[in-house]
Amino acid sequence: MVLSAADKSNVKGVFAKIGGQSEEYGADALERMFATYPQTKTYFPHFDLGKGSAQVKGHGKKVAAALVEAVNNIDDLAGALSKLSDLHAQKLRVDPVNFKLLGQCFLVVVATRNPSLLTPEVHASLDKFLCAVGTVLTAKYR
Amino acid sequence: MVHWSAEEKQLISSIWAKVSVEECGAEALARLLIVYPWTQRFFSDFGNLSSPTAIIGNPKVRAHGKKVLTSFGEAIKNLDNLKGTYSKLSELHCDKLHVDPENFRLLGDILVIVLASHLGRDFTPVCQFTWQKLVGVVAHALAHKYH
Repeated sequence: MVLSAADKSNVKGVFAKIGGQSEEYGADALERMFATYPQTKTYFPHFDLGKGSAQVKGHGKKVAAALVEAVNNIDDLAGALSKLSDLHAQKLRVDPVNFKLLGQCFLVVVATRNPSLLTPEVHASLDKFLCAVGTVLTAKYR
Repeated sequence: MVHWSAEEKQLISSIWAKVSVEECGAEALARLLIVYPWTQRFFSDFGNLSSPTAIIGNPKVRAHGKKVLTSFGEAIKNLDNLKGTYSKLSELHCDKLHVDPENFRLLGDILVIVLASHLGRDFTPVCQFTWQKLVGVVAHALAHKYH
């Protein structure tokens, strides 16, 4: 799956619009993921996953920052995410199915907070981008 | 058999009451065909699907989307017997339509996003949990008679 020029433009547009709120979007996406797909909590036994958790907010900020970095280097996702890719392969080893779950939750967050932003075309581009990020993060698993 | 708590049933009906079946159905099907273009393989007789604009405006897409979501409404009335409710439709999708059940999961995910976009913050995490559960169970029921 290849990101077209239009896809890249759509994704950059989304993140430009989200701007400084990306951290909130990240935290919201994580909160929704834990609520919607409880099995994802198994990767965070060391976290307080209660409502309003500072740890979840902090982690959401990290996830958002990584997505922003990816968007800013959208022509070289593998390069931009190389260290994170190593981390997920060697240390975290999050099962690949879970990236799709987080992706779904991120789309839901954009839909709830900024529905006019998520036109069908942008929805398609953002879904592709999130899939591509997941693919890069799991690329070195074996 | 799937268990539905009283709270889950309440969340399902309160959200459903806010849904325009015609609008959301049309939008969900259009988005499925746009976001996952390979799903267009089942609709070669629908006419012009050449662009997102064409898909969104396509009257057959709108009509079929409404049909699909109307059927969803039947599921909601029969939460305690989804397999029975969808038995014939499951056979149809397998024997006549030859639809890979993965497509039901894709449409379910799209439907959740459409609901989220219409309901905003009212589509709370617990709502999302309940509706992802529902679309998953519907997809499973539709796949149940496959052989």
